[in-house]
Amino acid sequence: MSPNDNLTTSEQVRQASAAGLPVAVEPRPEVAARSRAADKAADKAVGRAAAGRRPLTRRTWFVIVGGAILPVIALVVWQLVTTLELVPVSQLPSPAMVWEAAVDLVQRGQLGQFTAISTQRVLIGFSIGAILGLLFGAIVGLSRLGDILLAPSLGAIRAVPSLAWVPLLIIWLKYGEESKITLIAIGAFFPVYTTVSAALRHVDRQLVEAGRAFGLNGARLFTTVQLPAVLPSVVSGLRLALAQAWLFLVAAELLGASMGLGFLLSDSQNNGRLDRIFLAIVLLALLGKLTDSLVGLFERWVNKRWS
Amino acid sequence: MPSTSTAPAPAGSTSAVSRPADAPCAVEFASVGRSFPSERGASRTVLRDVSISVKPGEVVAILGTSGCGKSTLLRIAGGLDAASAGRVLIDGSPVTDFDSRTAVGFQEPRLLPWRSVTENVALGLPRGTSKADGAARVARLIDLVGLGDFAGHRPREISGGMAQRASLARALARNPGVLLLDEPFGALDALTRLKMQDLLLDVHAAAPTTVLLVTHDVDEALQLADRIILLGRQDGVDGSTIAQEIVVPGTRPRDRGSAELAELRARLLDGLGIDRHGQARGIESTTAIPHFPY
Repeated sequence: MSPNDNLTTSEQVRQASAAGLPVAVEPRPEVAARSRAADKAADKAVGRAAAGRRPLTRRTWFVIVGGAILPVIALVVWQLVTTLELVPVSQLPSPAMVWEAAVDLVQRGQLGQFTAISTQRVLIGFSIGAILGLLFGAIVGLSRLGDILLAPSLGAIRAVPSLAWVPLLIIWLKYGEESKITLIAIGAFFPVYTTVSAALRHVDRQLVEAGRAFGLNGARLFTTVQLPAVLPSVVSGLRLALAQAWLFLVAAELLGASMGLGFLLSDSQNNGRLDRIFLAIVLLALLGKLTDSLVGLFERWVNKRWS
Repeated sequence: MPSTSTAPAPAGSTSAVSRPADAPCAVEFASVGRSFPSERGASRTVLRDVSISVKPGEVVAILGTSGCGKSTLLRIAGGLDAASAGRVLIDGSPVTDFDSRTAVGFQEPRLLPWRSVTENVALGLPRGTSKADGAARVARLIDLVGLGDFAGHRPREISGGMAQRASLARALARNPGVLLLDEPFGALDALTRLKMQDLLLDVHAAAPTTVLLVTHDVDEALQLADRIILLGRQDGVDGSTIAQEIVVPGTRPRDRGSAELAELRARLLDGLGIDRHGQARGIESTTAIPHFPY
């Protein structure tokens, strides 16, 4: 029991003993917990009643509006700069021109296709990288031998900059999907591998020992004790990996592709289409944020359920 | 609770499967020693030459100062640690790693935080228990330890005493031949501890398993045990061994304040290096404290 549970009781004791009376206190853990549960319920009720007086930063509408303030300001400034012709449109296209570029690409049927192929590459590469990351993270995190054999080499591979892989992958796997997906998988692998192996090493030893003492071992010990214990870390690793997958996607597509948002960037650079470059950047920002938010929702659920 | 404890365990039975349900096991410590390797290649001896013979259904308390190796002795009995000398036999066969005939109640509750009390207790069920049997057994144990209203709660939603009771229920779910308790009530407040001791007596009366209880609390040992083993160090020799062995008179539950127990308490405290203040100063053991009403 935490000292708070007995606050009222100890208060009574102090008053009673001050009055020189003998005091008998019976511990009633159930009652203490029940009154604590009641306190919690009361807190919630107060929270609801005071919803109108909740701090501004806790209100949903403010969170949404607050997050949109900077992008809106950026858009207004962008529009002003182009209308006032502070910068020539050949250097900075107006928002309307970017919008028209988007409409034009949609009519040609390219925008949907490019976005779809890029998203597909990210999802496939991310899945492969994340699964391998989980696997190797588990081996290195759970087995001392695995740690000794694998950790130094994987650490060295992680140190290789992403772009250094591109020439090798293109020679080995040509310009097809394989080379791009492999690069994205490499990008997604390391955040998952690193967080999972580190988290598994730090699983509460006492819990693991208790699991073993109750007859769990091998796969059952892993799924019952170790995996749930590291799940919150795994999900934050997945979130990092997804962001990394989008980074590596653009690297892969910039250097050799005939479709996709990265290709749109390099193609537009060659043709001097600044409007399309802006379009691609905005789309990457939106897609990255969207997928990250989805994983973020999953992360919140996992943290609630598994910790 | 139905009890089949009258049936003796078959000699030479080695696995939990061949052991009849609820049958308590005999435990034999034969010259057990344990030393841990320390820095610079030397080794530190914690236990030496401990021989104890525990009868099936007996409650034996292992008492000692902190760091005397009493928890190590218990861990060796459960197969959580291995003896470096001698051996431990349960019903005549050596203890295996994480022996399935034993169940451990740890000093901390060690509950899985993402599971409810029910799911945590169910973790203790022996492998191969059918779902319906398991659920019924878990529900009965949760009622026994008085957590019926909290079966669906997570460990962080209940108090420390309740978590410790859930932990005890989990150990009992394993239907152990030997229940190993490592200062299970040490972290609880004094009053909750007394209630837990009574609960343990109820549990033992309902299903009389063999219990090895490690504690540093003399009163707890006197209240719960049939026999008390006091571990201690001899001057000039490394490692603890049996310093005293006391058979506690009377049947449980015992009067916590009886004169007989008071004398044993003083002897045990003496063995733990605590002075008997009154006698040391030649004061007679009479009391001048007035009785209520004054």
